[in-house]
Amino acid sequence: MLNHVKLVLLTVAALILAGCNQQQVKYDYAAFENSRPKSILVIPPVNNSIEVNASYIFLSTISRPLAEKGYYVFPVAVIEQFMRNNGLQDPAEMNSIPLDKINEHIGPDAILYVSIENWGQKYEVFDSRTIVDSNWRLIDAKTGQQIWDGTAKGQYSSNDNNQNGLIGMLVGAVINQIAGSVSDNTPMLSQQVNQGTVFNSHNGLLNGPYLKPDTDS
Amino acid sequence: MYTRTLTVLAAALLATGCAPKNTSLYHWGNYEGVVHDMYLKPGEAPAQTQIDKITRDIQESQAQGKRVAPGLYAHLGMMYAAEGQSAQARESLLKEKQLYPESTVLIDTLLKNQQGSH
Repeated sequence: MLNHVKLVLLTVAALILAGCNQQQVKYDYAAFENSRPKSILVIPPVNNSIEVNASYIFLSTISRPLAEKGYYVFPVAVIEQFMRNNGLQDPAEMNSIPLDKINEHIGPDAILYVSIENWGQKYEVFDSRTIVDSNWRLIDAKTGQQIWDGTAKGQYSSNDNNQNGLIGMLVGAVINQIAGSVSDNTPMLSQQVNQGTVFNSHNGLLNGPYLKPDTDS
Repeated sequence: MYTRTLTVLAAALLATGCAPKNTSLYHWGNYEGVVHDMYLKPGEAPAQTQIDKITRDIQESQAQGKRVAPGLYAHLGMMYAAEGQSAQARESLLKEKQLYPESTVLIDTLLKNQQGSH
């Protein structure tokens, strides 16, 4: 009997570890706890990838997870246009605005700076892959101190849902390339990956004020 | 018997600990698509189309008894301003500020700029 109990407990522990504990090291939330931001300003990302639209695809998929995590998220397109109207031509320039200017005109508690490293769809002989990969830094707008960082990285392969045969691989690649020519997979993948980064239970964002504690996960 | 209780307990733990919650705070409707299209397919996202879509999202939010998501009223205000409808632009921006006081500094800046451009 005791052995049974032990076995079940071990299985439970293993399941929990495998299912949830992707990372064993506990993220240090001290600076985050100290800052306790209510609002987040997302600066249009610096784009280091070859996909020219990466920053804007990213921008369209970042408000939702941050807001659903309980934060006020400044309207991304309004901010982008406001900066443009004030003479900043591209995300690289927007990332160099001094904090005091941001505080004077926008007034966020925290600022999310993002750099995109790799982004887009790649077509290969037996596979077509969609990749999104970005690095995030959250800064306290008053002190300039970094309070959190994360990566949002993911890829989707046309082979993911296929049977293993060669014909299956070929058909999968063709179907995905046709679909890819009319609709870009990156917004969908970016949505999923950003959601995963914000809501990661080990190193994601802490809950913001609009998320009630009892809906905490 | 113990084993069974433990298994149930384990299932409950897993369900609460890992399962993604399906209760969203807001109704997002077309907002992400609107932002995507205004940059990537500008021909399909003229200001009036954006106004129509965001207005519908706001109505649907209200019909669902949800608070309108952060940014929607401000985005609507920006589009009204683009259409030269400054009274509606101002009204929408003020709604953003009323609903989300965190936006106060930004909205005041935008309103000041709007006044300055007349």
